[in-house]
Amino acid sequence: MPPRFVRLGETGRRPVTIEIDGEPATALEGDTLLVALLANTGHLRESEFGDGPRAGFCLMGACQDCWVWTAEGERLRACSTPVAAGMRIVTRGAEKLWPSRM
Amino acid sequence: MAEPHVIVVGAGPAGVRAAETLVAAGLRPMVIDEDACGGGQIYRRQPANFARPAEAIYASEAGKASAVHATLDRLAGRIDYLSNTLAWNIDDRLLYVVNGMAAAELPFDALIVAAGATDRVMPVPGWTLPGVFTLGAAQIALKSQACAIGREVAFLGTGPLLYLVAHQYATAGGNVAAVLDTSAKADRVAALPMLAARPALLARGLSYLRDLRRRGVPVLDGVVPAAIAGSQEAGVQCLTVRHRGRAVAIACDAVAMGHHLRPETQLADLARCDFRFDPPTRQWLPVVDRDCRTSVKRIYLAGDGVRIAGADAAEIQGRLAACAALQDLGRAAPDIGAAALRLRLARMDWFRRGLARAFPWPWRLAASLPDNAVVCRCERITAGELRAAVRANGAPEVNRAKAFSRVGMGRCQGRYCGHAAAEIVADAAGAPIESVGRLRGQAPVKPLPIAAKGAGLP
Repeated sequence: MPPRFVRLGETGRRPVTIEIDGEPATALEGDTLLVALLANTGHLRESEFGDGPRAGFCLMGACQDCWVWTAEGERLRACSTPVAAGMRIVTRGAEKLWPSRM
Repeated sequence: MAEPHVIVVGAGPAGVRAAETLVAAGLRPMVIDEDACGGGQIYRRQPANFARPAEAIYASEAGKASAVHATLDRLAGRIDYLSNTLAWNIDDRLLYVVNGMAAAELPFDALIVAAGATDRVMPVPGWTLPGVFTLGAAQIALKSQACAIGREVAFLGTGPLLYLVAHQYATAGGNVAAVLDTSAKADRVAALPMLAARPALLARGLSYLRDLRRRGVPVLDGVVPAAIAGSQEAGVQCLTVRHRGRAVAIACDAVAMGHHLRPETQLADLARCDFRFDPPTRQWLPVVDRDCRTSVKRIYLAGDGVRIAGADAAEIQGRLAACAALQDLGRAAPDIGAAALRLRLARMDWFRRGLARAFPWPWRLAASLPDNAVVCRCERITAGELRAAVRANGAPEVNRAKAFSRVGMGRCQGRYCGHAAAEIVADAAGAPIESVGRLRGQAPVKPLPIAAKGAGLP
């Protein structure tokens, strides 16, 4: 998906490199993780109930529709998590990456 | 005698003024803020490395926003400020909080809850597509992150935020595809005498409308939302409404939607405060006296978490709630000019009723939602499934309908589906809305890590 969010200002901040689904992507210091992702792509996650991708909804920590997984298996609420260099976010099929413990 | 321990939940205009008043009385309150640096949603602060002046973010409210921020900063060292901390339960005189993986139970002698509000939303078919956000979300993206939620943004719903956020987008260089209001002109005309209680605010609201029109933005009222269309790959592509009997399609890649706001009342509910049905807004609201006391001793509610009266009223309520708590604790309260504040608050409450009249909750839309429209975003449950739960299982009450259908049981705890679900249940049961009840607040009021431990807060 093409980027969803459009930056209207504050673009002189220091760039931060993260990884989205294995691809390098550039965000800006001070971005929330949600903004860092949606300035690069069109969605954040897949609905657990099979009805397709989601891109968040409330941006204020109330709807919980912006939970994303890191490649390490940590779950983050993207709207209230500041982006950090080196974050590796998986927006699709995160469970396939996790080692089986059975 | 030990100093009484007062906890304030929330660091928006109400919470900050409550804390300031308690400090003025010689107490050291604890302030619990879910956010990182205070201000609440209305006066949310941008990150430290952003450069925009306050005027660019808060416009006419810059002075008030900066004053609230400065007060919170000045209180550092005289309050115990816990940021990034969620208050998730109340049990008698204990407040349960969690910060990351650290949890704590905090005893209190008095608790002032200033939990704020979220958007009140009537679902539209297609509202789970990527690119659909709340009006509040659209505003937060701009205010605290300098972003627009899309290249062409359609604004749908009703309430003052509809025009304010569209105006803010246009001013900041965003593209506003259309402003589509579900309320009718007649609603706003009927509300004028009440809105005249705050003439400056009314004039400002009208200026947003004029500005949008001058910019050539299509502004339609009395619309009936039909659907948000798009694809899983592209997200939102088009919003369709009916206007004066005709279908109007707006090409857009984002929709900002909401129907005014609803108070965050879960903590009040867990504290067992009395609620009363409010016919004009068709929702249950906590009962408070003129000084923000609830029906439960030593629990006070202030700001938009009680009634949607806005930030100015929230500042007043924060002060009044703090003084009420001080009096009830047998402490001398600072002179805040309470009588004059109560008078101003009464005028603001008249304006609040005016807004509810001008921009009514479009409850009739719930009955006409198609059976395949998603009502619960969290668990993808449709209007048809909820109606079936009401009819087949005999669940003419929202908590029972929730048990059968899971609507309201998801991660948002019914914040975004609860009010629409109540209307659907009432319609399907053929019962008046006040008879179907309200979704009870459940702890934890937001998801928290199961491994969180009482290891002491950072």
